[in-house]
Amino acid sequence: MKVETGTVHALVGENGAGKSTVMKILYGMQRPDGGEILVNGQSVNFKNPNDAIEANIGMVHQHFMLADNFTVLENIILGAEPKHGLTIDFAVARKKVADMSAAYGLDVDPDILVEELGVGQRQRVEILKVLYRGARILIFDEPTAVLVPQEVDDLFNALKGLRAEGMAIIFISHKLDEVLRVADDVTVVRAGSTVAEVKSKDVTARQLAELMVGSELPQPTTHGDTRRPEVTLSLKDVSVPTKSGRDLISHISFDLQAGEVIGIAGVEGNGQAELVEAIMGLRDYTGQIEFKGENIDHYTVAHRHDAGIGLIPEDRQRQALMMASPLWENRILGHQRSKPVMRGFILDKKATIADTRVIMDEFDVRAPGPHTLAAALSGGNQQKFIVGREMSKAPALLVASHPTRGVDVGAQAAIWEELRRAREKGMAVVLISADLEELIGMSDRLLVMLRGAITAELNPQKTTPEQLGSAMTGAK
Amino acid sequence: MKKPSTSQVLLAIAAPLAAAVVSIVISSLAVLASKKSPVEAYKTMWEFGTQAGSLLEVLNTATPYYIAAIAIAITFRAGLFNIGVEGQLRLGALFSSYFAAKFVLPPVLHVLALFLIAMTVGGLWAAIAAYLKVKRGVSEVISTIMLNSLAVGMTSFLFSQYFAEITEGSNNLTTKTLPASAQIPDLMPLLNKLGVEDQPGGGVYGMLLVAIALGVAFWFIVNRTRFGFELRASGANPIAARVSGVNSKKMTFIALVASGAIAGLSGLPTILGDTHSYTMGFRSGIGFSAIAVALLGRNGAVGMAFSALLFGFLEVSSRALELIDIAPETYVIMQGSILLSSVIAYEIVRRYKITLQSKELAKVVGA
Amino acid sequence: MKTKATKLLLNATLLILVVSIIRLVTGASDLTSVGTASAALLLSVPIVLAGLGGLFSERSGVVNIGLEGMMILGAWAGGFIGSKHGPWLGLAAAIFFGAVGALVHAIATITFGVDHVVSGVAINIIAAGLVRYLSTILYQGGSWPGPSQSPDIGPISNNGLPVLSGGTYFGWKSPDILTPIAEKHWFFISDVASIVRGLTGDLSYVTVIAVAIVPISFFILWKTSFGLRLRSAGEAPIAAESLGVNVYKMKYAGVLISGGLAGLGGGFLAIVAANHYQENQVAGRGYIGLAALLFGNYRPGGILMGAGLFGFADALQLRDSAAIHALILLIVVILAYLVYRDVRKGKYLSASISGVMSAGFMWFFLAVDVLPGQLVTMTPYIATLLVMSLASQRLRMPAADGIPYRRGGLR
Repeated sequence: MKVETGTVHALVGENGAGKSTVMKILYGMQRPDGGEILVNGQSVNFKNPNDAIEANIGMVHQHFMLADNFTVLENIILGAEPKHGLTIDFAVARKKVADMSAAYGLDVDPDILVEELGVGQRQRVEILKVLYRGARILIFDEPTAVLVPQEVDDLFNALKGLRAEGMAIIFISHKLDEVLRVADDVTVVRAGSTVAEVKSKDVTARQLAELMVGSELPQPTTHGDTRRPEVTLSLKDVSVPTKSGRDLISHISFDLQAGEVIGIAGVEGNGQAELVEAIMGLRDYTGQIEFKGENIDHYTVAHRHDAGIGLIPEDRQRQALMMASPLWENRILGHQRSKPVMRGFILDKKATIADTRVIMDEFDVRAPGPHTLAAALSGGNQQKFIVGREMSKAPALLVASHPTRGVDVGAQAAIWEELRRAREKGMAVVLISADLEELIGMSDRLLVMLRGAITAELNPQKTTPEQLGSAMTGAK
Repeated sequence: MKKPSTSQVLLAIAAPLAAAVVSIVISSLAVLASKKSPVEAYKTMWEFGTQAGSLLEVLNTATPYYIAAIAIAITFRAGLFNIGVEGQLRLGALFSSYFAAKFVLPPVLHVLALFLIAMTVGGLWAAIAAYLKVKRGVSEVISTIMLNSLAVGMTSFLFSQYFAEITEGSNNLTTKTLPASAQIPDLMPLLNKLGVEDQPGGGVYGMLLVAIALGVAFWFIVNRTRFGFELRASGANPIAARVSGVNSKKMTFIALVASGAIAGLSGLPTILGDTHSYTMGFRSGIGFSAIAVALLGRNGAVGMAFSALLFGFLEVSSRALELIDIAPETYVIMQGSILLSSVIAYEIVRRYKITLQSKELAKVVGA
Repeated sequence: MKTKATKLLLNATLLILVVSIIRLVTGASDLTSVGTASAALLLSVPIVLAGLGGLFSERSGVVNIGLEGMMILGAWAGGFIGSKHGPWLGLAAAIFFGAVGALVHAIATITFGVDHVVSGVAINIIAAGLVRYLSTILYQGGSWPGPSQSPDIGPISNNGLPVLSGGTYFGWKSPDILTPIAEKHWFFISDVASIVRGLTGDLSYVTVIAVAIVPISFFILWKTSFGLRLRSAGEAPIAAESLGVNVYKMKYAGVLISGGLAGLGGGFLAIVAANHYQENQVAGRGYIGLAALLFGNYRPGGILMGAGLFGFADALQLRDSAAIHALILLIVVILAYLVYRDVRKGKYLSASISGVMSAGFMWFFLAVDVLPGQLVTMTPYIATLLVMSLASQRLRMPAADGIPYRRGGLR
């Protein structure tokens, strides 16, 4: 890959193609096994991030690397503190940050605790961190993943400003339309190798996508209307209030029929996670929730599982797996009160292992066997296993939160196919996703959440990503 | 189950083996520090320890360790730490000895009543820590330790002021001797039938059978029941456990109280098998050694049994060291070094196992 | 900041007022005597040192339950070296031995990823056993008077504030104004005088050093780059790593410092609070130090307050059991205040629990005149439990505390 001064160079590829690894190597967090890196013509060998920083490379991470309990200023100067004798010279630091903020239009209050900042502001702190250390080569790892369209515009303006100052910017993304909007050059990576280096004005998004995958993209469309008259899930005026008066979710009402997929769109942090928790009983709420005609407000979490609600949680390692345990033990999780795992209150090990094998076959979970530890599987296979586990009890309702996040394209297609099949058989699905193509392709109906409330109901057949994005920010 | 591969077998013994080697080295250094020969020390210990009388004594020493270790393991598996076992077992032993001597019941019932009192007292004491954790978020590490110190003080106070009486003809303070109906018979007659001869040192506590039964019950409940699964899940991944429907507060409370109840029993073997009353010389430190036994045995029924026997062996056999002028407290060094090195060794092996499996997986799957 | 300081002063004054009233009502003059205040300060030193030790360790992200064991090592080393080579070398040895114990904890948890609590508990068990073994050898070798006791250690001299508390400077013994005021037993004024005299007179130099470590800790952790990096290891280690901070090094530093401080606390117990090492001298103060850390919400100032509180409880048991009796009345008053506060907030369940406890303590106060010695020794533990149950809810621990860290962000 060749990056020229004063350009924005995009690095594209699908999940698992190797983009993150390249960036970790460039930033000194990982060592390459072979090959060469040249900065300004000189060969370099980074042993740790400090070396990269010294070579004026700065990385703006996808998952912000900020200490919530520290102030903005403390976060920016960490590791490069200006000193005055024994102490940190906060005055000097503050001035430098203020100057940079003004120069690049990155306003932020240096003395505020980072945990109080919004997503767009946190990204600004990340950028300032990097500029503070004199970076001339900036690497942005999926910077727009959590931004709304307005914040994306702000970011791209900042990028253009940085480019004008002569910085070289490497921009990693899988959002091809944005890439074409802001990048000058594009490098495409597939399965760990470079497959193309082009100028952005010479290609279209479709061509890039084909280069990325090497074959046709999966089309996430559902076929036909599989809705049945029974109402599986009904939310009436559900809210999750907090002591400070702000509602985490506010007056949510909708009915979901059997065989219907309802997609919940919205930027992360607008109440989607709390909605899932309310439905599953993990959080207290006001209002009523009815499942298959019965009020389940007083049902415990376990009761809701047993009544036929399945859950694919957002963070599989944290919320759905025991990483150090074998797959067959993970099979039990969530289902430890019913067959085939249980015989009375005794674990039926034989039946569980057999059933785990069935799940692994049906859902193409690639691992040596049911005794493999969950930690040894790749993310995609872990997710396929979880989907299989939930589907095995044929739930009437599936709450799927970001079901294909961090999953490779093949596994993603497989999971979508499973969801489609179950939908045809009458399963109702609440689908929460940040992948707009997934939402639009899989849903029968779309609800948009902003600040905890439903702000729009859209028809996925007639909505475009831009329309959806505006609804998500409240702009019309 | 597939036949274990060589690498799996090697892994299983790697940790204990490495730990054993390290601790032998450290203990040898300690003996050398007192200007004595380690080889002499080990030889003496082995010769004394493997005598039939000593081995019986090892069983007796190991029994309370094992029961207490089970109590601790219940909480460790759930991701909690009941460090106050020492206090729980003392209170259990004291109260049960005192109260059970006040009435007479038919033999088996009387012993069961004794057990019940001990378990109730231990459980209630642990319930204080459980309540504080569940309702007020107080770390059970600190609260059980504080309750421990409190219990030690209270036991000594209650014993010397209220519960004990001076036995005639001596200066010994003990609680009233338990009537015969509240005693568990020695196991020697049984062992005689199996060909083991009577030894001058004494018999084998009947409570050994209770300990074994507890071990089996522990294994079964933890590994084969829903409750045990939820217990383990709470320890392995409390968030995922909660999402799967486990009531974490209920689990915390039950685990701590159950742990306290079992701990209450662990002070009883000596009382039931030997002294038949709570005495001034009540053995202290069982609770803390049991923590080491549980850790060494990795909180598993079989592992803890071996660890308890090992610790018992070290303790008993080191009594012979006095004869060659080495401090018998050497066994403390051995126990400590085994504990530390095994805890580290287990962690190394665990990480290696995951790396090994990932590599195997990559080979099998091809990508 | 100004309002925080004035609020603190107001609360302190209010507290002294309440205690003065109780002193008058019960006649337990030892409650606010110079001797008690002095003893309270003395006994709070090991607790504050342990608490500060816990602070450095946990701020770097390593939970340190092993403070107790490190204190034991320090106390033993203080006795061993102090009896042979004098008190100051004894203290130095105490710091060193405490740090060695911490090194083991650090290697186990940071390099090998052992669970922090497991390692800490193991260290406590091992330390207790190790010092017993070593003591036995020394006793058998003839150099120690008993298998659990070291020979006597020479004293470290005391001093006090000039003019107010009768300190000696360059041979001149200054007047002692506060003592006569304290002895007049005037309501509130004498109480304040005696507390101040107790806190500023006849102090060991080590005590002064120990208290000075509190602001020094604050300075190090919040005003230097070392401190910022250490805290970052406990708040966001992956972020710190990405900025080139050597997280492993910071954690090791945090744990080693914590061992040194705990060791110093143990050495203090052997050398200053007593004059020889005695088995079981530490008696759970390492854990009480942890409680002070939690009470102080991971800040040096809070730790000092917590240690002062626990030190006060500890001191009373050594002075006068009538004073403990009076203390029970104080507990009744505090619980009554809690009942009032909870009722106002509408939390009727906690209010009734506090109310029942308050009534229970009141009955206990009226029914029992003098507390038996064994119960009195339990005061610090009960105090710790009470404080923990009342204060645990608003804790703000470092975000990555207790989480094993591996380079590259793996688990």
